[in-house]
Amino acid sequence: MTTQVAPAAAPGPLGDPGAAAGRRSLTNLRRARDLAGVVPFTSYVLLGLVLPMGAILIGAFRKPVSGSFTLHNLHIASHGIYLHGFATSMELSLIASVVPGILGFLIAYAIFTARRGSVLRRVAITASGVFANFGGVPLAFLFIATLGNTGLATQWLTDIGFNPYNSGFDLYGLGGVALVYMYFQIPIMVLVILPAFEGLRPAWREAAQNMGARSWQYWRYVGVPVLAPSVLGATLLLFGSAFSAYATAEALTSGTIPLTSIQIGSFLNGNVLAGQQDVGFALGLGMVVIIAVVMLVYVCLQRRAARWLR
Amino acid sequence: MTANVTKAAGPPQAPGGARHEAGVRVVISQLTRTFGSLRALDGLSLEMAPGEFVALLGPSGCGKTTALRILAGFETADSGSVTVNGADVSPVPAARRDMGMVFQSYSLFPNMSALDNVGFGLRMRRLPTAERRQRAAELLDMVGLTGHARHYPHQLSGGQQQRVALARALAIEPKVLLLDEPLSALDAKVRLQLREQIRSVQQRLGTTTLFVTHDQEEALSMADRVGVMKDGKLEQIAVPDQLYARPATAFVAEFVGTMNRIPGELSGTGQVRALDTLVPVHGERPADGTGTVDVLVRPEGLKIDAVPGGNGIVTDRAFLGSVSRISVRLSGDVTVKVDHPSAAAGQFAPGESVQISLPGAAPVLVTQRR
Amino acid sequence: MAAVTDAGPASPPARVASAPAARRRRSLPVWRWIILLGAGIYFLIPLYAALRFSGFGTFGQVFSQTGFSDALILSVKLALVTTVLTLVLMVPTTIYVHLRLPRIRPLLESITILPIVIPPVVLILGVLDVSPPSLKGTPYLLALVYVILAMPFAYRSLDAGLRSLDLKTLVDASNSLGAGWPVTLWRVILPNLRTAVLSATVLTVALVLGEFTMASLDQYQTFPVWIVNFDQTSGPVSVAASLFALFVTWIFLLAITMMGGRTARRIGGGQVDLVSVAHQETGDSR
Repeated sequence: MTTQVAPAAAPGPLGDPGAAAGRRSLTNLRRARDLAGVVPFTSYVLLGLVLPMGAILIGAFRKPVSGSFTLHNLHIASHGIYLHGFATSMELSLIASVVPGILGFLIAYAIFTARRGSVLRRVAITASGVFANFGGVPLAFLFIATLGNTGLATQWLTDIGFNPYNSGFDLYGLGGVALVYMYFQIPIMVLVILPAFEGLRPAWREAAQNMGARSWQYWRYVGVPVLAPSVLGATLLLFGSAFSAYATAEALTSGTIPLTSIQIGSFLNGNVLAGQQDVGFALGLGMVVIIAVVMLVYVCLQRRAARWLR
Repeated sequence: MTANVTKAAGPPQAPGGARHEAGVRVVISQLTRTFGSLRALDGLSLEMAPGEFVALLGPSGCGKTTALRILAGFETADSGSVTVNGADVSPVPAARRDMGMVFQSYSLFPNMSALDNVGFGLRMRRLPTAERRQRAAELLDMVGLTGHARHYPHQLSGGQQQRVALARALAIEPKVLLLDEPLSALDAKVRLQLREQIRSVQQRLGTTTLFVTHDQEEALSMADRVGVMKDGKLEQIAVPDQLYARPATAFVAEFVGTMNRIPGELSGTGQVRALDTLVPVHGERPADGTGTVDVLVRPEGLKIDAVPGGNGIVTDRAFLGSVSRISVRLSGDVTVKVDHPSAAAGQFAPGESVQISLPGAAPVLVTQRR
Repeated sequence: MAAVTDAGPASPPARVASAPAARRRRSLPVWRWIILLGAGIYFLIPLYAALRFSGFGTFGQVFSQTGFSDALILSVKLALVTTVLTLVLMVPTTIYVHLRLPRIRPLLESITILPIVIPPVVLILGVLDVSPPSLKGTPYLLALVYVILAMPFAYRSLDAGLRSLDLKTLVDASNSLGAGWPVTLWRVILPNLRTAVLSATVLTVALVLGEFTMASLDQYQTFPVWIVNFDQTSGPVSVAASLFALFVTWIFLLAITMMGGRTARRIGGGQVDLVSVAHQETGDSR
């Protein structure tokens, strides 16, 4: 497909400016033709992504009804219950990313040190893949059946004398939601971090040994530094995932905890005060900004990890 | 093929007066190691004199890397012993053996600069920072990479990485230097440069060295002695020219350099008849009792004359420089390659009739006919 | 890596092992089992609890509930439309970019990260704001938006599949033998992309079948939405429906993964892997 024959340039020495200009415009033409191939994709992305995002941007600064520019929406979105919503969402996302991060790391390490091809290893990896895909509404119901007021595990625990609800646990509260989130966050962490472990070349460990390093020294000088960007990156990914989540929280709490995603949802459901119809857009803008920052850091870390673990 | 005629007939003494202590004597005795059903090592014995550069040469699976790893402490032998200056090293863990190893590829710690990589072993030995940095810089200088001290492995080419790896292994002033096919992953030109560099550094420091490779040219051009391995055992260990001129077994003969196979008949008197000549047999005779064998002769060991009605027809002529290699088909569908000075090779054009003969009475190796 | 003669990395401790090394290796397994067993328990309990809660009998009831078939059919229809649209959009584009505009690839990759950055909740907010009423009146608006959600994962599968081929060489070879574009695409490129396309399909279908956020806010009763709305009347049935949904999704995933594995072993071209399937979950159905 590279057989495009350019029409002969005007005869003359290679330094002929006219011919050079002709060649240049020909290249531009060819480049334009090539770019034409991605037009369908770009227009779809424009319509489906950029347009709605633009609407959100505009809506965030729009006074309802009159349509004039205002900062009022942003003001409301950053105070009161909405500020509370952001804070709670971040708190939830922090718990639901750091804890699964650590646990997922340990599990991944356990899988990694298992012998290649062993049953344990294969089962663990397949299970991770399967459980990483559980989530949303069905998962919420599963946990209600387990740890709800009349859930199975609640009953077991009460039988042995310890009713979690008496100690302040509430499945429909922050801790409960975080616990449910962990069900899919942990497997995601395992699956994301396992390739990083595999990227730890055995030669590094042997070279370190050869140089006189003991096991903890290897981890301290080589293992942990090399894995750190991946681990941090994965945790950030989990943070973003928890922050954006809507379905699980909605199915569990039906809006009883102030979470930004749920609050945005309520705008779409029409639960909105007069004069505040466009605050939802401001909230959405806020969410996007936060996640964009998180993802930016993630991408930088990934790049660093990729360089080292090649 | 570069037969290094300037090398002495036996292992050299360590060069005296080096600022490091003279090299150590390593004795490997009857090593065996089995992995499941695979017998990787089958009674390997080898002695390395202080400061000697020994290459272990052999095809994949011959056990050479296993031997190296046992020496380094990454594997343990099922039986047999390894001693360094008389002391048994098997109870010593790899981290304490004081042997510097250069791996095949990608062994540099990716999160450290070249300088830090080289200094890592010194850090483990608790050298103070300033001294460590200085020593590492010296070694980087020795391998010609001073300007790259702050670069990270991913910023270095394959050849540069291996040079850093070499510097790192030498920084700790190891008793033994171990190299596990360090040049295999590099391209040809870089390989040649690095060969010389490794050899000159080793000679300067006088470190006893074990070099594992499957590339015979590498082994023969670098080592003081070369050990050819097959199926977990040493077939022969000798200085390069001995290995080439006087291979002990058919395997060594065919693995090192090119060999022709010419059908022959054993005669009862310790001789074999091939190409209408009777020549003495060197080494073992195949025990199948038939008397039909293949005679192994090097291309430069055959004589070629342009004779109409001779015993062969020229099929190809390849120009190799001062010598041309002429392929000749003999009766019985046997093809041999004969080397002849290029200046006089013009007469041997494809299609010409020639006479191939075995000159002189040099003993030849025989092997089972294929 | 090196060590062609060794049977593998960490070989089991030999009898003549040096004491400290052997001791270290033997103590690990216990700790490893504890962690994995603990994890196993945590993950299996909710499944067991759900089964106990709903009872096996209710599974039959699920199918007879009002709205079940309608919701399921709607979800399936949406999945179909989304998959077709996604493939029609992404397959030619990725092939084209790999062939003609390789330098745009990083840009393309960044674009495909965008839908991950924009939460579905926010996206649907914007979409509903700009869509004309005619689109809002049909559930297929969701399909159009789902294509955007599926884009990153479809792109990644296809990109990985294309990277494992030497596309330019294949195309040049095909052309030099006299094949025109359509034939090359159909007989040379697509068959080698079978696994990647399969992977992209699996991801897209799983995504649509599980998507709750946008469907509920757009007020269409797809299957996940039905499950939640249904909660009001009967707990056990809802839980049974949830189990059914989970079960169906991952049996489907496993089946296609195995199919993809077998095909991959025949022609090569990578494997449908659950990691990329897992990655989809960091956005949408939650």
